Amino acid sequence: MYRQTEIISDDSESPSPGGFGEAGDLIINVGPQHPATHGVLHLVITLNGETIKKVEPHLGYIHRSIEKMCESLTYRQFIYVTSRMDYLSAHINNHACALCVEKGLQLEIPHRAQVVRVLLDELTRIASHELWWGALAMDVGAFTPFFHAFRERETINDIMEETCGARLTMNYFVPGGLMADIHPNFQKRVKEFISLYKLKIKEYDELITGNIIFQNRMKNVGYLSAEDAISYGCSGPTARGSGLSCDIRKLYPYEVYDKISFNEVIENGGDSFARYMVRIKEMNESIKIIEQLIDNIPEGDFQAKTKVVLKLPKGEFYSRVETARGELGVFIVSEGGTTPYRIKFRSPGFSNLSALDHMARGSKLGDLIAMMGTLDLVIPDIDR
Amino acid sequence: MWSFSNIADSIHQWLNETFHPSVAVIFEMIIAGICVISLFAVLGLVLVLMERKVSAWIQIRMGPNRVGPKGMFQSVADTMKLLVKEGMTPSGADKFLFNLAPFIALVVAMLLMAPLAFAKNFQMWNVNIGVLYISAISSVSVISILIAGWSSNNKYSLMGAMRSGAQIVSYELSAGLSILSVVVLAGSLNLNTIIQSQADGWWIFKGHIPVIISFIIFIIAVTAETNRAPFDLAEAESELTAGFHTEYSGMKFALFFLAEYVNVFIVCAIGATLFFGGWMPFHIGHWQSFNHVMDFIPSSLWFFGKTFFLIFVIMWFRWTFPRLRIDQLLNLEWKYLLPISLFNILLVTAMAIAGWYF
Repeated sequence: MYRQTEIISDDSESPSPGGFGEAGDLIINVGPQHPATHGVLHLVITLNGETIKKVEPHLGYIHRSIEKMCESLTYRQFIYVTSRMDYLSAHINNHACALCVEKGLQLEIPHRAQVVRVLLDELTRIASHELWWGALAMDVGAFTPFFHAFRERETINDIMEETCGARLTMNYFVPGGLMADIHPNFQKRVKEFISLYKLKIKEYDELITGNIIFQNRMKNVGYLSAEDAISYGCSGPTARGSGLSCDIRKLYPYEVYDKISFNEVIENGGDSFARYMVRIKEMNESIKIIEQLIDNIPEGDFQAKTKVVLKLPKGEFYSRVETARGELGVFIVSEGGTTPYRIKFRSPGFSNLSALDHMARGSKLGDLIAMMGTLDLVIPDIDR
Repeated sequence: MWSFSNIADSIHQWLNETFHPSVAVIFEMIIAGICVISLFAVLGLVLVLMERKVSAWIQIRMGPNRVGPKGMFQSVADTMKLLVKEGMTPSGADKFLFNLAPFIALVVAMLLMAPLAFAKNFQMWNVNIGVLYISAISSVSVISILIAGWSSNNKYSLMGAMRSGAQIVSYELSAGLSILSVVVLAGSLNLNTIIQSQADGWWIFKGHIPVIISFIIFIIAVTAETNRAPFDLAEAESELTAGFHTEYSGMKFALFFLAEYVNVFIVCAIGATLFFGGWMPFHIGHWQSFNHVMDFIPSSLWFFGKTFFLIFVIMWFRWTFPRLRIDQLLNLEWKYLLPISLFNILLVTAMAIAGWYF
């Protein structure tokens, strides 16, 4: 038997989540065990019939205190923990941390490592968006796209497995470059993937994008204006769907992003469909980036020469990258030792989730699930 | 030719010779009951396997392939599992209604089997108001869903039940009106007479455009009535976890599951009977020799072939389309399907009066 805990709200006027709202209100818990939250997110929803009056996200079910753990790990070690934050873009998380440490050490990394990092980042972005596409379709009730998305995602995972030795938590980027050189098959396999992808992306549009039911479910639903997107701190495709230019790859280019041509995808709709289209088009842009770089991987070292024990000088260091979900910031406060004094991650999912209540009010329960799908929430990224 | 009716006749004759006629009738009822229950069970097993295989085929998977040859006995194994599983009743539930609901679903599905003509001269109950009977009894199934949702004492279940109530009550109208168009053309409510009227061609061909329209409306409406995707709002896995049967487990859940599949079979059988001639072979007007060749294919094969084709279409819907939202669902019915079917029934009536059909 468990003891029922009473949740006391600060604001005694508004109904507390554990108590009762106005007459006729229905308070339901979506999660922490629910098929649509894709993890252990807990939403307390106040409903009037089918219409949503309030959404309260309750966090902390998968909080592993990664930030605190990082404080007792060396600058080489803490990167491995960050793969477990946003597990769908592990490479990009590692990238942000590696960049921050390199900034502190003022390390110039070899050109080969830079290009491979960008290539793997973009492959990760495609893999992440593939999974998002399947999961979103599942949220709106279509099961088949999930399997179609996984077909392509598997090929990316195979490429990763060959080069990095892992399929999910890669830990391939280390301060100073890459952990190992790329696999000899890497270029061939990536080219195979590009041709497969170009063949299959048409299926995606036929199956879901062009479907009238899907468009009706997505259009004019979950509207988020550009001002609200700024005030909630949204980033990534969520903000770009509202017409905000916020791509870190364009605004604060890192590695070789300033030397290659690609477009920042911006949609002005602000609704779920705009966010959907941003991600679909972003996959094509990523393919463009990969096509430009795959034949031009320069020869040379894959890792810069670094000391065995890394020591960051005293000071504060910040780096940011564009993950598949938005802006990931890494803030390191160093006291000059071998471990960070304090580390803070600015995760995109946390800020994007905060806009959910604003977007969902007044819409139907089914739309809330679709909106959560278009925010592309990864719960370990929110809780850390 | 081998036929169900010969077997039925010989059994009837033997019973009447051996026993007193009134005792013979009781025996015949028991035999018919056993037939319905076993058909019910077999249909459930076959359709669950078919759904899993069809979905696997659409989703580029293998589907069940471990139990028996090509996974044929997978649903038998699943049934065994469900039979021995504990059927829990939540402590806050209304126990009587909670346990009653799955049986109502089952009984309704069984009752609907009575007037179906499975083959030539093979029908359990040749009732002169067959179509009316079917549309009346099929409305009762919503009660089992409402009871299940209300008595579970679960908010998800309640929402699923309320959605289902709104949905089934609305979609029954256009389902009824589209059935009515065939009734108008055939001039009878008796399923046998309707099948006989298609001896020179099925209504979907004879009634051309208006009947095709009513067939499309029929297939949409029955998909909604059986709570199948894209109209599975009562279950809505990603929204309401499992909707009205969230709290059910074990055999009580299996009964709902079974009733759903048998309902799919029944609505497809009705669709096949009304629009594709039931057991009637593919006949074209007065092409005597062609019709004669078609007659060599047993009538039961024609019936089950057509029915399973329609079931496949409904499964195809489920694994292709996303789900509608509740307001879109009701808009579709009240703003589009109902006016179209009302206009269509007028068109069909004019056509029937003027004799503008083949």
